[in-house]
Amino acid sequence: MMPDLGKYAVTVLSSYGVTLVLLAGLVALSWARHQRVRRALQQAEARTGREG
Amino acid sequence: MIALLLRDLRLAMRAGGGFGLGLAFFLLVAVLVPLGVGPEGGVLARIAPGILWVGALLACLLSLDRLFALDHEDGSLDLLATAPIPLEGVVAIKALAHWLVTGLPLTLAAPLLGVLLHLPDSGQVWLVASLAVGTPALSSIGAFGAALTVGLKRGGLLLSLLVLPLYVPTLIFGAEIIKRGAAGMAVEVPLLLLAGITLGAAAALPFASALALRINLR
Amino acid sequence: MSIWEYANPKKFIATAQRVLPWVATGAAVALIMGLIWGFFFTPDDYKQGSTVKIIFLHVPAAMMAINAWVMMLVTSLVWLVRRHHVSALAARAAAPVGMTFTLIALATGAFWGQPMWGTWWEWDPRLTSFLILFLFYLGYVALWEAVENPDTAADLTAVLCMVGSVFAVLSRYAVKFWNQGLHQDSTILKVGEKDPLDPAYYWPLAVCIAGFILLFVALVLLRTITEIRLRRLAVIEARERLGS
Repeated sequence: MMPDLGKYAVTVLSSYGVTLVLLAGLVALSWARHQRVRRALQQAEARTGREG
Repeated sequence: MIALLLRDLRLAMRAGGGFGLGLAFFLLVAVLVPLGVGPEGGVLARIAPGILWVGALLACLLSLDRLFALDHEDGSLDLLATAPIPLEGVVAIKALAHWLVTGLPLTLAAPLLGVLLHLPDSGQVWLVASLAVGTPALSSIGAFGAALTVGLKRGGLLLSLLVLPLYVPTLIFGAEIIKRGAAGMAVEVPLLLLAGITLGAAAALPFASALALRINLR
Repeated sequence: MSIWEYANPKKFIATAQRVLPWVATGAAVALIMGLIWGFFFTPDDYKQGSTVKIIFLHVPAAMMAINAWVMMLVTSLVWLVRRHHVSALAARAAAPVGMTFTLIALATGAFWGQPMWGTWWEWDPRLTSFLILFLFYLGYVALWEAVENPDTAADLTAVLCMVGSVFAVLSRYAVKFWNQGLHQDSTILKVGEKDPLDPAYYWPLAVCIAGFILLFVALVLLRTITEIRLRRLAVIEARERLGS
């Protein structure tokens, strides 16, 4: 299954690792912030009774 | 406009050493670098163009946050904005005043520091020429950065973050002129490009700076 | 029906929420497919060995890092000219995404350069330009964070984006002038020339590029919705403070 990366295994794997970590971090942060803001806005709108 | 220029110059001379500060900083950089790098003349001569230009850049940066901030605090910036002369002109004059109190002294003092850093004699002419041509661009780009950050409480650090990337082309061409000049190569191309940046920045950036100032004064 | 209808935040959110799942799914499918294809099923290059597999990350990230800035420039102009808030917020939403892509391009470039050029970092024109681009992103994001009034912040960052674009292009040419560099020229646009990219790499690369584009669109949509809601929340809270 695992392809033979030869002597460059560390290089290739760390490139993929860094990229995936950065992308996953970006997606996770964006999503978490999205949810937080959505909930806060819902609460605020419920408080004021004003429709969004 | 002349009156404004004279007023700015007088303020810079008087207000607690703002005038000499940049120059002293420039001198310190030129003294500290050999202490850090070691006293070998060959190494120093090679890095001298870069050090002198980076030093000039940072010395320019030091006094930038005062460019509009003082006038903003005491309200005279609002007066200037409503004055009959256009705000673009005010910005250009202020950048000119900034150049006269930082860029010009740096240019005149540079040969002395060039000697300290073992810059070859053939490079001295080009050191002065490149600084004379390039430092006006530093002032007018800096005025733009200062206009962006004028209303902010801790604008100084942000100002350097915004302005230093904009200084990259000026730095590259400026240092390149000295390097080529010292090595006896032709310098026309970088010199013309640097002059182009300076003229372009002096012509176009006051409009962007005035726009940013108006936004901040709103 | 014109594109300006989406300047209405409510309409934008409604449409974005309808589109978002599709774009996000597409991004996930394309990225997973492209990266698996690229990682497991491509041959080694005769010169570069298995490091050629980094191309599937490096090239799309670098492309999108530049395209993100271009998109910010366009939306900033739209904001300055037509004063549509969604446009300004979209620029704000795109900046951290573009910054992350720049970082990915730099990191993979460093990993790739280490075995190929024998050094982690080379002051090569392309790498240097990307480092400078990263600094521009940093300044842009910092200015957004620093200014409190949202409209002032939008105006100032839009002006910075325009001036910054001019200087970014200038820096690119200055850096080229300064050092000729080791980096090879772009290979994807060389189709039909004497040294084209091998088809074995071309298709997985195309899928990866599509994946990065879709991912960018999805993230910008999501983050723009967040920014719009954040703005609304601020308005409601300000109103409450006034009322109570």
